[in-house]
Amino acid sequence: MDCVTATVPQAGTDRPDYSALIQPERVHGSLYTDPRIFAEELERIWYRTWVYVGHESEVPQPGDYVRKNIGPQDLVMTRDREGQVHLLVNRCAHRANLVCEDERGNSNSFRCPYHGWTFRNNGELLGYPYHQGYGGRGKLNLGMATVPRVESYRGFVFGSFAEDGPTLTEHLGAAAGEIDRLCRLSPEGEVELNAGWLKHRTRANWKLLAENETDGYHPQFVHGSIFSVTGSPIGALYSEKSTAVTRDLGNGHSENDLRPEFRRHGEPMRWFGTTPDRVPDYVAKMRQAYGDEAEQILVEGAPHVMIFPNLFIAEIQVFVIQPLSVDECVQHSTAVQLKGAPELNRRMISQSIGSVGPAGMLLADDTEMYERNQVGAEQLRPEWLEIRRGMHRERVDERGLRVGTATDETGMRGFWSHYKTLMEDDK
Amino acid sequence: MTAVADAGLDLRQIEQFLYREARYADEHDYDAWEALWTDDALYWVPAGDDAADPRSQVSVIYDNRNRIATRLKQLRTGKRYSQSPPSNLRRVISNVEILGTEGSDTVVGANFVLVESRTRGMEIWAGRVTYKLRVVDGEIRLAYKKVSLVNKDQPLPTLAFLI
Repeated sequence: MDCVTATVPQAGTDRPDYSALIQPERVHGSLYTDPRIFAEELERIWYRTWVYVGHESEVPQPGDYVRKNIGPQDLVMTRDREGQVHLLVNRCAHRANLVCEDERGNSNSFRCPYHGWTFRNNGELLGYPYHQGYGGRGKLNLGMATVPRVESYRGFVFGSFAEDGPTLTEHLGAAAGEIDRLCRLSPEGEVELNAGWLKHRTRANWKLLAENETDGYHPQFVHGSIFSVTGSPIGALYSEKSTAVTRDLGNGHSENDLRPEFRRHGEPMRWFGTTPDRVPDYVAKMRQAYGDEAEQILVEGAPHVMIFPNLFIAEIQVFVIQPLSVDECVQHSTAVQLKGAPELNRRMISQSIGSVGPAGMLLADDTEMYERNQVGAEQLRPEWLEIRRGMHRERVDERGLRVGTATDETGMRGFWSHYKTLMEDDK
Repeated sequence: MTAVADAGLDLRQIEQFLYREARYADEHDYDAWEALWTDDALYWVPAGDDAADPRSQVSVIYDNRNRIATRLKQLRTGKRYSQSPPSNLRRVISNVEILGTEGSDTVVGANFVLVESRTRGMEIWAGRVTYKLRVVDGEIRLAYKKVSLVNKDQPLPTLAFLI
């Protein structure tokens, strides 16, 4: 047994020593189980860095709103009259009641049910009843709080509770190209997330999910049951012989780049488990929209990318991880919808229902693993979780990004390296 | 099983069928459960909104006969880890009402409460079920089962057993 022990300091003393807890080849179990570390994550990650919140297609019209979140924070994503998207913190400026109780709707203002204060959908205070109690109308400058920085990339809306810091473009870095790759699958170059959401309660630490999203080592084992009964070719993408790679995209983002496998086969639509003759309208529209480039797009397919800390694009599904406490989170999932591709969209909804969510033939088993993993991590020995797989065979690609084989833990190492930077940051 | 002469199903026969379906599901008797379904089966657990179109909005489950077969094949492998080991289940079906007919199908409504026990703890599931029952070769068969959970708008735990 290993004698080196990294323990979390007791309350009232210094902060946890993240350099001791996060080592190149392994990470300490307390990172998944210690409520004090979770509290620090909220402060240093969830309430500071860029976090994915929602998609512009969920609020297409002025006045549209939808309830969203950043971790345990209850937000309302709104679109104002000028078309600008806002993220309001769902809390009345008067006595802290929840202002918005509906999941979604259309309204240019919100009225708090407790004392009737009203707010414009950009958060500005519109009025308060019996105004003489405040010396008249317009005497208070108390709006709903807003997430200070809101930026959108290709319709994907991110928020940051920090007033300043890296821009969204800087945060996304190389991962932006993967969002581009998803949008490129639409003949109109746009993705919509308007097929509703499945919400899957998961009794596990959020990092177990984030790490698993680009872990190409588990599919053959956790998903062997469904691969065997459907004869799915997905398993082969994550075999030892696969030419697919795992790439650390920087800033905690990572991907399973399946393109080498799809290029090897060179068959359009193979990534979607079909052939061009089964989806002729889509293929024709793509060829018309992209010309010579279309063939490559149709062969290479969709990205499989985890964008730190909570957005996972799994080819035809999008997942959002919402942490609630050290050992509980919610996985929100939906089917990708490609603008101008109704033929594909119907199939994507049907495939997504089969695969993801609480009853999904893939995700129910992933979630079972997360929950067992959480129980395991609470056991005392051997304290550490391994992240060393494939370290000896990692290489650096032409973009300067670290690359491992399909089953290597390259993505996890990238995740932890960025996590450590954020948790040790003294700003 | 008692043979049924006509489509004119009476409440007692219907209840006996619903209890049997519930027992097969509770006891993970996948073969017996699968045999209850018609070829045009639809097994639906909506998410969020009951009124949403399942072809344009995601559902928790929206299985045709083919996908029911796949789901059961996966369970039978013994490596569907979310049901291996299987949950311990018991459900109560109540408030059974004949709501009408649709072609040759009898539409039946009922409420249910189900207790699930797993290592991670106990879960209580409850909701409204709509069944469409059809007499095929003298036996009652299940053509449609829609399970509308009371908490379908909330985050749900894993639902890998037959509900």
